Amino acid sequence: MTFAQAFALHGFTESGPEFSLAAMGHYLLRRLIALGLSLAVATAVIFGVVELVPGDPASYMLGTGAQPETLAALREQLGLNQPWPLRYASWLAGILHGDLGHSFTYKTPIAGMILERLQVSLPLALLALALAVLVAFPVGMIAAARRGRASDTMLMGASQIGVSLPNFWFAMLLVLLFAVHLRLLPAGGFPGWGQPISALKSLLLPAVALALPQAAILARVLRSALVEALGQDYIRTARAKGLTQGQALRRHALRNALIPVLTIMGMQFSFLLAGAIIIENVFYLPGLGRMIFQAINQRDLIVVQSAVLVLVAAVILVTFLVDLGYAAIDPRLRRK
Amino acid sequence: MRLSLFLGFLLAGLALFAAGLSLIWTPYDVTQLAVTQKLRPPSAAHWLGTDHLGRDMFSMIMVGARTSIAVALVAVGIGMGIGVPLGLAAAADRGGWLDEIIMRANDLIFAFPSLVIAILITAALGPSAVNAIIAIGIFNIPVFARVTRGSALPIWTLDYIRAARVAGKGMARISLQHVLPNIANVLIVQATIQFSLGILAEAGLSYVGLGAQPPTPSWGRMLAEAQTMASLAPHVAIVPGLAILLTVLGLNLLGDGLRDALDPRLRGAR
Repeated sequence: MTFAQAFALHGFTESGPEFSLAAMGHYLLRRLIALGLSLAVATAVIFGVVELVPGDPASYMLGTGAQPETLAALREQLGLNQPWPLRYASWLAGILHGDLGHSFTYKTPIAGMILERLQVSLPLALLALALAVLVAFPVGMIAAARRGRASDTMLMGASQIGVSLPNFWFAMLLVLLFAVHLRLLPAGGFPGWGQPISALKSLLLPAVALALPQAAILARVLRSALVEALGQDYIRTARAKGLTQGQALRRHALRNALIPVLTIMGMQFSFLLAGAIIIENVFYLPGLGRMIFQAINQRDLIVVQSAVLVLVAAVILVTFLVDLGYAAIDPRLRRK
Repeated sequence: MRLSLFLGFLLAGLALFAAGLSLIWTPYDVTQLAVTQKLRPPSAAHWLGTDHLGRDMFSMIMVGARTSIAVALVAVGIGMGIGVPLGLAAAADRGGWLDEIIMRANDLIFAFPSLVIAILITAALGPSAVNAIIAIGIFNIPVFARVTRGSALPIWTLDYIRAARVAGKGMARISLQHVLPNIANVLIVQATIQFSLGILAEAGLSYVGLGAQPPTPSWGRMLAEAQTMASLAPHVAIVPGLAILLTVLGLNLLGDGLRDALDPRLRGAR
């Protein structure tokens, strides 16, 4: 769970800004500038953190036993003899041309490696999100419809456990049950999309492990949004027209409750894309997160730097799109 | 709702008690290896069994609680220590350039995938509990800044603030003497929630080897070590995970319970 999700989950929000009917174009421009700024700051932060490594990146990458000549050659290749502003600029220029550099360990273009790894990470994130939605919607709707009753208390108690569950531990338990004892699903690895059925099978347990805590968050957010919507006047009107509680919930409350739920889903998608690092490690999946993790262990800073940037950029973009969608649905959010 | 407060208090209190007690007493010495006793299931001698090196799991869970709680607590401290003053300043300057800068910087940190950056930081600075604290703490800052600003803004419109200003008090003094005490409730609740998230984050970082280093026991690393042995001796995989789950659950229940108890408007709404 990210902090932002926890933030939304636990219900603290800023006091609502004054809204005016400013033009959508103005709003869009503001958001686009913010997007560009975020991306620029992201590159600076990532570059800065990599600069923080003790010594210089070349000696960090080669370790203590390196020959002076090898070290000098790598320094040259990485451009470490140039001042950092120049290196930062050339990294940025490369990115703008679609060139993320070459892996130090594998000597292959990083852009290609990332595309290959995305073929695992993207389907995994989508599968996990789909599973989370499939569980969360019925749970949230039933709990809201029966709020205050025993079934509500039970469902929300269960969701509280789901929120508290460390997903990598849950993953281990799933492996113990479904792979070791029942032998129904593989314990790890990925056969590639050449064998679609076994590929899907190897994504199933990791997706479930990722999905359950997310489903718990989503169900809680959906329930509180629904409960709030159910207290509104238009629900009373709908009930007065003769709709049952269930009909009013499905036809009117659900639509209004969808806005916060969609925002959380956007955050969850970026979390699943970036946050699967640990789960990919449990299941030995060749995803983007595991690639970053391996690159960190191999001290391949070039891969770390570029791959982290791709992930951060993806998260910033998804957040941007969700924000736009949010504003399109709810005009009150187009600030100032 | 009273039940969740009670359960939360009980579970979180138990973890705190175990961590505190481990400072002066554990059933066995956690640095003492007894390979002949390895992977024993729970028994009268070893309540939670032994691990792959024959160490007593119960003692390790107690000392691991110390690691988890210390990391999460200091990370919350960093977040509050920096985030709350920033939030107070933003609220005092509402609408001004300082407010704008602080809030935009906040949005930026929120946009970063926290786990990836935490892994990057711990990798760059070297894996250790201290670097895990820094990595988790940084992401607590915007949370507290936002919550502080959000709850401080309505306070600034109240009459007693106007009175304080007429009395000649400066922004900083009003923030500390009048605003801060009035938003303390919200901050305590948020601290509980961040505390639970910190424990989850610490467990994740230690699990991938980027948190506390051996021989300091930590719940995350116990799980990592258990992974290959889980099929032989399930208790080594189940016990540390349960410790994490129950502690985080306790803190979450405590946070929810406190919020309901402190804010009557929310009673029964969630």
